[in-house]
Amino acid sequence: MMLSIKLAYRNLVGAGLRTWLNVFVLSFVYVLIIWHYGVIDGWNYQAKKDMREWEVGNGQYWQQNYDPYDYFTLEESHAIIPESFNIGITGGNIAPVLINQGSVYPDGRIKSMILKGIDPDQKVIALPTAALKAESEEMPVIMGRRMAKSCKLKEGDVTTIRWRDVNGTFDAKEVEVVDIFDCDVPNVDAGQIWLSIEDLREMMQAPGEATLLILGEESEIKEDIPGWEYKDLDFLMSEMDEMIKIKRIGGGFLYLVLIILAMLAIFDTQVLSIFRRQKEIGTYIAMGMTRNQVVSLFTVEGAMHAILAVIVGAVYGIPFFLWQMKVGFSMPAGTDDMGLAIAETIFPVYGIGLILVTVLLVLIITTIVSYMPARKISKMNPTEAIKGKIQ
Amino acid sequence: MKNSEIVKISGLVKKFPMAGGFFTALDKIDLTFGEGEFAGFVGPSGSGKTTMLNIIGSLDTPSEGNAIVLDNDINQLSSHKAALLRRKHLGFIFQTYNLLPVYTVFENVEFPLLLLRMSASQRKKAVLDALEWVGLSDKVKSRPAQLSGGECQRVAIARAMVKKPLLVLADEPTANLDSDNSHHILKTMEKLNKDLLTTFIFATHDDKVIRYLRRKISLRDGKVTADEIVKN
Repeated sequence: MMLSIKLAYRNLVGAGLRTWLNVFVLSFVYVLIIWHYGVIDGWNYQAKKDMREWEVGNGQYWQQNYDPYDYFTLEESHAIIPESFNIGITGGNIAPVLINQGSVYPDGRIKSMILKGIDPDQKVIALPTAALKAESEEMPVIMGRRMAKSCKLKEGDVTTIRWRDVNGTFDAKEVEVVDIFDCDVPNVDAGQIWLSIEDLREMMQAPGEATLLILGEESEIKEDIPGWEYKDLDFLMSEMDEMIKIKRIGGGFLYLVLIILAMLAIFDTQVLSIFRRQKEIGTYIAMGMTRNQVVSLFTVEGAMHAILAVIVGAVYGIPFFLWQMKVGFSMPAGTDDMGLAIAETIFPVYGIGLILVTVLLVLIITTIVSYMPARKISKMNPTEAIKGKIQ
Repeated sequence: MKNSEIVKISGLVKKFPMAGGFFTALDKIDLTFGEGEFAGFVGPSGSGKTTMLNIIGSLDTPSEGNAIVLDNDINQLSSHKAALLRRKHLGFIFQTYNLLPVYTVFENVEFPLLLLRMSASQRKKAVLDALEWVGLSDKVKSRPAQLSGGECQRVAIARAMVKKPLLVLADEPTANLDSDNSHHILKTMEKLNKDLLTTFIFATHDDKVIRYLRRKISLRDGKVTADEIVKN
């Protein structure tokens, strides 16, 4: 094997441009696969971190009727907060949120939205709720960048909101946008207006009630309480996990296409080599190489493309990966509307496992692809091969 | 077989399948070659010279009869053992040189020694000695494409001789060379034959080569028509 490696290296280096072209194609496959999965992993990491910080906290309690996918149940899905949560709420470890359906009338247009009431002093999630304490002639509200953009509202604008109270009676009020926050989690932004929970309770005539409770890091209550269901992080992140899984499957397809393209290049080179280098193969046999040694030499030559590609890929890939980790990858316009937590810029995360698996996979597949045409050598007639006759 | 006998061929027949029948390339050949001979098969194209060398070189097998090369019955050799026989004891020189194009002169000559797993220092010494025999010490770093035809064939001779084989088989070694280069190469081989006692067997129809042979075996239509010792 050492002999094959030594000779294969000589042959590849001696072959010059032909070798380096294949090596570059393979190295590009490595770099693209690692980078692509790095972006997905970076997105996964960032999205989960942002979701925890901005939306789900350390778990949630949902009023038993609450269904985030059915807005028509919102009127039925709030209740008095059980006493067992009081210590957590007063200690700042639990943030109650009251949710109601409503409409907003920016510039005379009507737009359906969700009203969310939250304690302005809460520290459980990163939402800048302190802004709700602003002195204002109208009721202060905050909203995210996406919502402000879709309503064409900016800080200081006054607009009208309309809602129904617990009795089903419509009411309306002027509100002032006191802050527009920038957040990568669409679930706390798109189609939502945040206001003080006490204001919303008053508007809905639902004193002391909440729809859900966001638990902080130090909250230890984990079991269901009558009328309230505990939702752990696995449940709350399941949608995100599913999306990442789908993205990975899509990435897997890209992975497959890239590997097939690279393998075709290697296979093609190997098949051409076997034809073009018949005289050389005959000479090897005449000089005393066994057929297995020649097959092994050609297989190692093919596999060595993958090893050289690791080195070449590292030369330009590592600086590229480091640069990407620093500046990140800007997501294309439009991804905001996907309804999932996607930052404008994703910072790739490269795991050693991903790198090792990619390198090993490409190496194994390259070896197999190189071996397949090389087997033909074992059936060659050496006396014909020496003359370079195509067999 | 006596110790001095390198090759013993008896009743050798070689047939190739051809257009529904068989073409007999060699027909009932009986020959013996001793140590240190400088012999050659001579005859026109298609007379069976190359086929004869291929069988002696264990690259092919007889259809009938026996070819014993260095105590190895070619018929009985597995492809692995045949490879070992070539690796250790046989050297080949081809009409078209068959140098490895991506290797330097040094690497081409070194190749047989790599197969013998000699140490790097031994290889280096042997390669430089071989290149000195053929007068190419100044071309170690050149590649075959940078050499003339005569120089390429001298590299091929160095490659065949570097492991000091017992038997060298040369198939039309001067066919692509001019007269001066042919004589130079033949003198080199003659000297190596005398200095190292290596047996040389040629396949040729070139008069320049024939003049150097000390034993001339004439082949015609696969049969030996004459086997004569030449006194120079």
